[in-house]
Amino acid sequence: MSEETQTITLTVNGETVTRAVRVREHLVDFLRGELGLTGSHIGCEHGICGACSVRVDGAVVRGCLILAVQADGAEVTTIEGLTDSGEVADLQETFVERNAMQCGYCTPGMLMTAAELMKDGEVHSREDIREHLSGNFCRCTGYHAIVDAVETTMKRRAGQ
Amino acid sequence: MKAPKFSYIRAESLDHALALLAEHGEDARILAGGQSLMPTLNMRLSQPDLLIDINRLADLKGISLEGNRVRIGALTRHVEVLNSPIVADHLPLIAEAMPHVAHVAVRNRGTFGGSVAMADPAAEMPACALALEATLVVESVRGRREIAADDFFLGLYETARQPDEIFVEALIPVQAADSVSVFMELARRKGDFAMAGVACCAKIEGGAVAHSRLVYFGSEVKPTLATGAMAALKGQSWPDPAREAVLTALGDDLDPMDNLLGSPATKLHLQRVLTGRALDAAMERAA
Repeated sequence: MSEETQTITLTVNGETVTRAVRVREHLVDFLRGELGLTGSHIGCEHGICGACSVRVDGAVVRGCLILAVQADGAEVTTIEGLTDSGEVADLQETFVERNAMQCGYCTPGMLMTAAELMKDGEVHSREDIREHLSGNFCRCTGYHAIVDAVETTMKRRAGQ
Repeated sequence: MKAPKFSYIRAESLDHALALLAEHGEDARILAGGQSLMPTLNMRLSQPDLLIDINRLADLKGISLEGNRVRIGALTRHVEVLNSPIVADHLPLIAEAMPHVAHVAVRNRGTFGGSVAMADPAAEMPACALALEATLVVESVRGRREIAADDFFLGLYETARQPDEIFVEALIPVQAADSVSVFMELARRKGDFAMAGVACCAKIEGGAVAHSRLVYFGSEVKPTLATGAMAALKGQSWPDPAREAVLTALGDDLDPMDNLLGSPATKLHLQRVLTGRALDAAMERAA
């Protein structure tokens, strides 16, 4: 079978891009390979590890479990966009402060996923934070420092 | 790994999708949320010639109360079911089960219909559909069929849906105010595939179980109605004197799979433990 391509137009981190994509290419390969946005990492490529988490139309999804061609017309935000907008600047600082990473491979996915829980401005319980991040693997930290960082940032945002 | 080569068509309407499916049959796969299909493609466990993407079919989305039934469109995302006031009010079993479905990013994308149609033995929604006596609706170019959940789940990833049919919606009777339901599962890690689980609906009258539906999943090849245990429970008080007879009957109702999650004996033990916990909870909720 020949390699089938289709042309898509989507918004990535606020910029409109139009590209021909191979229909079998998943979104993260497209973002990394075609657009050079290498902040989204590829871990397992079957939806287990969460390293490829990106925001599509406002919701965090597995970047390896959605085809690039399916993102036609969508609004995609990667960790680069999230960083540039400043939405998670305080969370990133707290990750450094609390040593919430070692190798850093999972960190973009952790930030993307945590950002979704933090949208409502509430201070969630540590149990809720763990539950929300339970689909993101970290093989270095044991998660404790990550939960610390998310919790600390939530409290600071709430003025606590 | 990377997915193998395939063709991709974005269906513009249900009729379009049904026509494509009629033409390509088993060489095509329906792409809904993709949270099970995409991993199998990436691991090359599946090599379809054509993916028919139904994600833009708005008619297949949404949750509504229609008389004494709740309609859940097949393309409704898990997160929408999780946050639905209609589900919370009228289908508390599903509301209780939904937090167990995978993780947040998968719930944002995965669909109710995909889960039911896929019929993964560890999936929560097929078990709930069976426990709640849902009517599962499929369509093809040949027409529309309503299938009782009792007749829908046939085996390991096997359902009554034919290759040219698309699962379009579930019609689920609202749970009666005087009934109770309990959902429990055991997994090594929250959100992982369950090794044992139970979806239970019961009507408790005067301290006795007047009627129950006990559905087991995770351990079995398909969601399984425990008719023997239900018969042993009928009209009896829980835990005494029903307990021993119910748990003994469960041994005949179930035939657990032997796999990496545990031996059949382990899983039967776990299902008995869950049965005890679930019926304790049911009595408590009814009180």
